[in-house]
Amino acid sequence: MPRVFACRTRRAHTILETLQLLIIGISQGCVYGLIALGFVLIYKATEMVNFAQGDMMMLGAFIAFSLIEAFDWLFAFVPVLGALPGASFAFAFLGTLLVMAAFGVVLERGVLRPMIGEPPFAVLMLTIGLGFVLRAVAGAIWGNQPRALDSPFAGGTFDLGGLIIGYENVAIVVGTALLCGALYLFFRFTRIGIAMQAASQNQLAAFYVGIPVKRVFALVWAISAAIAAAAGILVAPVNLIDPLMGFIGIKAFAAAIVGGFGSLPGAIVGGLLIGIAEPFVALHLPPGLSEVSAFVILLAMLVVRPQGIFPSLQQKKV
Amino acid sequence: MALLELRNIETYYGPIMAIRGVSLKVDQSDIVTILGANGAGKTTVLKTISAAMEAQKGSVTFEGVDITALDPDRVARLGIGHVPEGREVFPFLSVDENLRMGAYTRSDADIGADLELVYDYFPALAEDRSLAAGFLSGGQQQMLAIGRALMLRPRLMLLDEPSLGLSPILTHEIAGIVKRLNEEQEVTMLLVEQNAKMALDLGDYGYVMENGRIVMEDTCQRLKNATDIKEFYLGMKDQGVRGRRRWKQRKTWR
Ligand SMILES: Nc1ncnc2c1ncn2[C@@H]1O[C@H](COP(=O)(O)OP(=O)(O)OP(=O)(O)O)[C@@H](O)[C@H]1O
Ligand SMILES: [Mg+2]
Repeated sequence: MPRVFACRTRRAHTILETLQLLIIGISQGCVYGLIALGFVLIYKATEMVNFAQGDMMMLGAFIAFSLIEAFDWLFAFVPVLGALPGASFAFAFLGTLLVMAAFGVVLERGVLRPMIGEPPFAVLMLTIGLGFVLRAVAGAIWGNQPRALDSPFAGGTFDLGGLIIGYENVAIVVGTALLCGALYLFFRFTRIGIAMQAASQNQLAAFYVGIPVKRVFALVWAISAAIAAAAGILVAPVNLIDPLMGFIGIKAFAAAIVGGFGSLPGAIVGGLLIGIAEPFVALHLPPGLSEVSAFVILLAMLVVRPQGIFPSLQQKKV
Repeated sequence: MALLELRNIETYYGPIMAIRGVSLKVDQSDIVTILGANGAGKTTVLKTISAAMEAQKGSVTFEGVDITALDPDRVARLGIGHVPEGREVFPFLSVDENLRMGAYTRSDADIGADLELVYDYFPALAEDRSLAAGFLSGGQQQMLAIGRALMLRPRLMLLDEPSLGLSPILTHEIAGIVKRLNEEQEVTMLLVEQNAKMALDLGDYGYVMENGRIVMEDTCQRLKNATDIKEFYLGMKDQGVRGRRRWKQRKTWR
């Protein structure tokens, strides 16, 4: 083989490999971004940091697991739906979003609302404790060994001229884009969406114009819980589900800070940055570094640009 | 029957008692004013009325209904519009969105017409409809806060120092608008002001607060001529720096 030709194939090979890593990174980054979105939503509205956000993702994945089994059983009796591939998954997906939204409301009403006025540290400890409880409960119900979610996106691949793209990666990216688009439209154009922005910008003024601020808080928790659940279901084919899968919440928290903690686009961009960095670090740098790359990026960001990529312009009144 | 009545209200910030038994009445279509030095508790009284703060004792009745224990959004729904101290706008929403948020409790078809009415009252806002409210000047933000409260179609408007930090010309303009709203829209007003002259000129009836208590009340006409008021609030005597001396040191009021 002539040398020139060998060189060209090697370059083509590196480009392919880079693209491959990029796709993996983007899809993982979307998952971080979705969890980070939950952190930011809750923080912006209520000034609480919910450290159980990752564990809510885990809970969502397990609830979807059980709902898929339930719908599989149910649809066996329904002629048309039973024959449709992915029907149980679709119903379980929507069902999980609803169940987790309701769970978010219950959590806000029962656990966090009584904490209003307590020092932030107490709220922080409470949500960390909540994470422990959720992991323990999930372990007790679903066991501690990893399980595979019966997702129609699991396993299948496209082959684009040598570039292998998993269905699950496409599903994550498309799902994230759809969720972000829906959230954007909701916050920008619906009355309750604008009221939610108003309540997070100036709570006192929101009271005075008659926005039901307590209900807005409950809604914020509902949305955050549902987004976390969506992230859990989307990532399940890549990672398997187990009670400890929520620990990636810590990386998502780093992503939220990198993005400017208080900016919704920032959460996604921060997530993508960390997600994309990981596979490249894993390939090119000594083993073990990829697991801490999120925090290295966080530290670097805190040194170079402490306000994050999209600094939140919100000045807090004293 | 008074439109609004407070009976023996006590309100706390944590352990600090800010309101120590305040009773007052606001009659339909009146402009009632509360005067008092810094820290007297005027803002706290208004916050207690709109339920942003909880009264530990006493009762607030509006149109004969006890509203003491309601949530703030319920109170707003009854038609109490609050223009808070210090230009509290929604900084990242546009002027238009701010005003529409003022009509959050409404679902009738006249919201658009009322929006134009507000722009009619405040032409300075009309030019910047789609600008984020945080970019407005201080005076414009104050107008926006008043306009936002108007969008509620309030029966009663609570105004907390609307002239604070505004130029004399703007203060005059705001005073004119308060008067117009009272006459044209028949909005009853409870007005808190540091600018005692403006408040007493506008108002029908006035209360004077000190240290969380009402120490004096009368028609604004008579308050204007009371020597203590002249001395403390209108600065008509040379040593009359307001708040320097206290009522209590001179007289017992209760
Ligand atoms: N957030 C707070 N925490 C604790 N104490 C407060 C708080 N806000 C006000 N106070 C106290 O409550 C009392 C009444 O305050 P308030 O704001 O009602 O006074 P004000 O008459 O409106 O004064 P100003 O003319 O300066 O606006 C003051 O003594 C003040 O120190
Ligand atoms: Mg005040």
